[in-house]
Amino acid sequence: MARIGVFICHCGSNIAGVVDIPKVMAAAKELPLVTYVDDPMYTCSETGQAAVREAIVKHGLTRVVVSACSPRMHEVTFRKALAQAGLNPYLLEMANIREQCAWVHGDDKAAATEKAIQLIAMAVAKVARHEPLTPKSVGVTKRALVIGGGIAGIQAALDLGNANIEVVLVEREPTIGGRMAQLDKTFPTLDCSSCILTPRMVEVSQHPKIRLLTYSEVKSVSGFVGNFEVEILQRARKVDMDKCTSCGICWQKCPEKVSSEFDSGMGKRSAIYIPFAQAVPSKPVIDLTHCRYIKFQEWQAAPEATRGKKPMECRICERLCPPQAVDWGQQDQVLKEKFGAIIVATGFQTFDYSVYGEYGGGKLPDVITGLQLERMLSASGPTGGVVQRPSDGAHPKTVVFLSCVGSRDDKVGRPYCSNVCCMYMAKQSILLKEHDPQVQSYVFYIDTRATGKGYEEFSRRAQEEAGTVYLRGRVSKIYQEGKKLVVMGEDSLMGRPVEIAADLVVLATGVEPAAGATELAQKLNIGYDTYGFLMEAHPKLRPVETQTDGIFVAGMAVGPKDVPAAVAHGSAAAVKAVGILSQEKLTTDPGTALVDAAKCVSCFLCEEVCPFNAVERETLRDKRVVARINESLCKGCGLCVSCCRPGAINLKGSTNQQLMAELMALKL
Amino acid sequence: MPKYAYYPGCAVHASARDYAVSAQLVCQALGIELQEIKDWTCCGASSAHPTSHLLGLSLAARNLRLAEEMGLTLTSPCPACTSRLAGARHELRDPAALAEVNDILGKDFGNTVGVEHLLQVLSKGDRALPVKRPLGGLKVAPYYGCLIVRPQKVLGFDHEENPQSLDRLLSAVGAEVVPWGFKTECCGAGMPMARKDMVHKLSGRILAAARSAGAEAVAVACPLCHSNLDMHQGDMKPNPKMPVLYFTQLMGLALGFSAKELLLDTHFTDALALLRGKGLA
Repeated sequence: MARIGVFICHCGSNIAGVVDIPKVMAAAKELPLVTYVDDPMYTCSETGQAAVREAIVKHGLTRVVVSACSPRMHEVTFRKALAQAGLNPYLLEMANIREQCAWVHGDDKAAATEKAIQLIAMAVAKVARHEPLTPKSVGVTKRALVIGGGIAGIQAALDLGNANIEVVLVEREPTIGGRMAQLDKTFPTLDCSSCILTPRMVEVSQHPKIRLLTYSEVKSVSGFVGNFEVEILQRARKVDMDKCTSCGICWQKCPEKVSSEFDSGMGKRSAIYIPFAQAVPSKPVIDLTHCRYIKFQEWQAAPEATRGKKPMECRICERLCPPQAVDWGQQDQVLKEKFGAIIVATGFQTFDYSVYGEYGGGKLPDVITGLQLERMLSASGPTGGVVQRPSDGAHPKTVVFLSCVGSRDDKVGRPYCSNVCCMYMAKQSILLKEHDPQVQSYVFYIDTRATGKGYEEFSRRAQEEAGTVYLRGRVSKIYQEGKKLVVMGEDSLMGRPVEIAADLVVLATGVEPAAGATELAQKLNIGYDTYGFLMEAHPKLRPVETQTDGIFVAGMAVGPKDVPAAVAHGSAAAVKAVGILSQEKLTTDPGTALVDAAKCVSCFLCEEVCPFNAVERETLRDKRVVARINESLCKGCGLCVSCCRPGAINLKGSTNQQLMAELMALKL
Repeated sequence: MPKYAYYPGCAVHASARDYAVSAQLVCQALGIELQEIKDWTCCGASSAHPTSHLLGLSLAARNLRLAEEMGLTLTSPCPACTSRLAGARHELRDPAALAEVNDILGKDFGNTVGVEHLLQVLSKGDRALPVKRPLGGLKVAPYYGCLIVRPQKVLGFDHEENPQSLDRLLSAVGAEVVPWGFKTECCGAGMPMARKDMVHKLSGRILAAARSAGAEAVAVACPLCHSNLDMHQGDMKPNPKMPVLYFTQLMGLALGFSAKELLLDTHFTDALALLRGKGLA
């Protein structure tokens, strides 16, 4: 027979001020199996906890009900007290007579007292049916996977590596560096982006704890916190990275030139290429869609009737490579790796502005994006730091910036602020002035959002020192008139239309999640919002965790961010991963679902509803296939329990039987 | 044979007879039956709706009800009429407003009738056009005006900044459509009486933009746009001398009707010389 002790907390006057404690105590004493009742002033205090512990020992209590606050507040506290007194900590039930009783029924003390009695009766009925539960512990693979080699991923990888944790950094592009590598200068200090980023990139490549996998993508993810199994697809570079000396002959001599992604289409690259001079690793890849030899091979393989003119066989890179590093036989590889934690830092891409018909829809050559201007401003960029109009190569003197292109605009499905555009427009207008004092910049803005450290001053500097004219209003149309672009807008402060004949128009295109981010999120079983940004477990208090234990998010993949925030986010994610990877064993909450195999009818509805992929299929000796819950993945949400038609699933600590007993104890 | 309840509107009925005639011819050739709504009245535009919102709404509803009785979708060649009628339809989704208007009409109007501009009707799907005389690369700037595609949430037709339906239609009859940025700019609308200078400036700019985009003619789908763009050219400095044609006239030419049948000789700015030069008139 269970011996139940009930502790009715006064919580100072929080509870006792409303609930008639002596009356509740008298009622509690009458409940079945209750052998001891006490009313500590503050049960959670050391004295209160000691009273609980002593009563357990002295009165031989086998179950405890603490009738006090919400279990969110102190369930863990009292579980510890039970354990210290030698009782299984899960033989506790909390009756919440504070938040859900005294606090909300202060105007009716009699009713509050009656409700407290009922809540306690329910808790007593339930706890009588509690079973001792034991948390499971699982080992931890002390390795971390970082997906995405932009600044957030680089920071996370370095922090993890420096914490002596083995890291694999996977990057889809041939080099790490991400978007930050494309920038010329960074606001508000105007320090050169490469100068601060590339040392970090080199540090990654030389770090003894970091293994860098570029030109690679995550193919599949299985397992759970501490024990993820990940398949990584490493695409064939067609270049032997061990043999290659990065001499550069191949990419200089390759005859096939195509538009450079890194230069945002403002420059050319060859078919065998490194994206930019400081790329890490500085080993080239062969772009298979453009390589002439690959096209030749395709021509050879095609049926004679359908193939066209024989193309050039080329193979110039192979013939000229001094160490013979070009390896046509190289194939895509799938690597299988184990990790204890995963950090997702897949970054962003800029909004495709061609939906804006009023801005030329991508048809006006001298309407460019902020990132394209950034490449032209860069001394190592396609124009060597000279700003030129794409149409005729002329140097522009009048430049108009348009803010919020693909940001704060419901019409294009992007109602959010992209966070960085106000500052990069200010930066670029300052840089244009520095490059050529005769340049006059105009900025059409909605608001200037300069909320970071030193940002407001920087924005003022654009206006006061660089003489950038800020016009509050949106642009309604851009059209070509001769060599000029006429920008028609509104100055909403002056309340009149404005027209500017510009040489160059720069659209401050907003940010959106990188292509493929949602597909990756699905593989990882983590959430994302309507725009595809990854979801944090809590937007304020758990900003780098996800709903899936052991998977963390960082950087622009979560939402628009500037460089300092992305770096901080990367570090935060790394620390959270260390929190897992520094443990020998992880204990899991035993409050998980459990399938009674005898009752299971193999409908697997549970499998469909489980948000955590915790339902597995198990073949019994009689060949029946039944559901089994992976306790490491189960979060105890109870969805499977409520959908299970034969009632074969129970949640440990809240079984159907326990809940029913709780309900039956309620006197209406 | 697709049938529509045809609502010409006052302008098309009077000053834009060339539009009315060419629209009828084109629809006949394409097998589209336009049944004119009997006893149609003012759509509620111009002076009606600034006088009283309810008056504007009720006038529109009266005509919508007539179309509803015919059991057909309403179409009008006039963007202002279409806008008023579709706008009323949108507003009358509110049951209280509908009840109020029904009280005035004294009839049961269910607000179930569809409203489409003639351009929307003609550009629907990929109707095969029996082109007899392709326009032979006549360079045309398609001018939609302000109302055909706006507001989007009321009309739900094409794109409000860079519409394409007229572009496609003109290409389909062999015209060379020039890309330009003034497709939906303001022509000066109803201002020629009060502020002629404004109309000259706004319409003049549209015509100049069409010229600099390489157009030989401007195609319109609105009687008011036509009068602003066509009638005032002599007062503009310099005179743009840009023929302005209804899109139905251009389609009509391609479908084999003569310039005379399509009333192409009635414009203020001569279009015949250009068309003769291209062997189209």
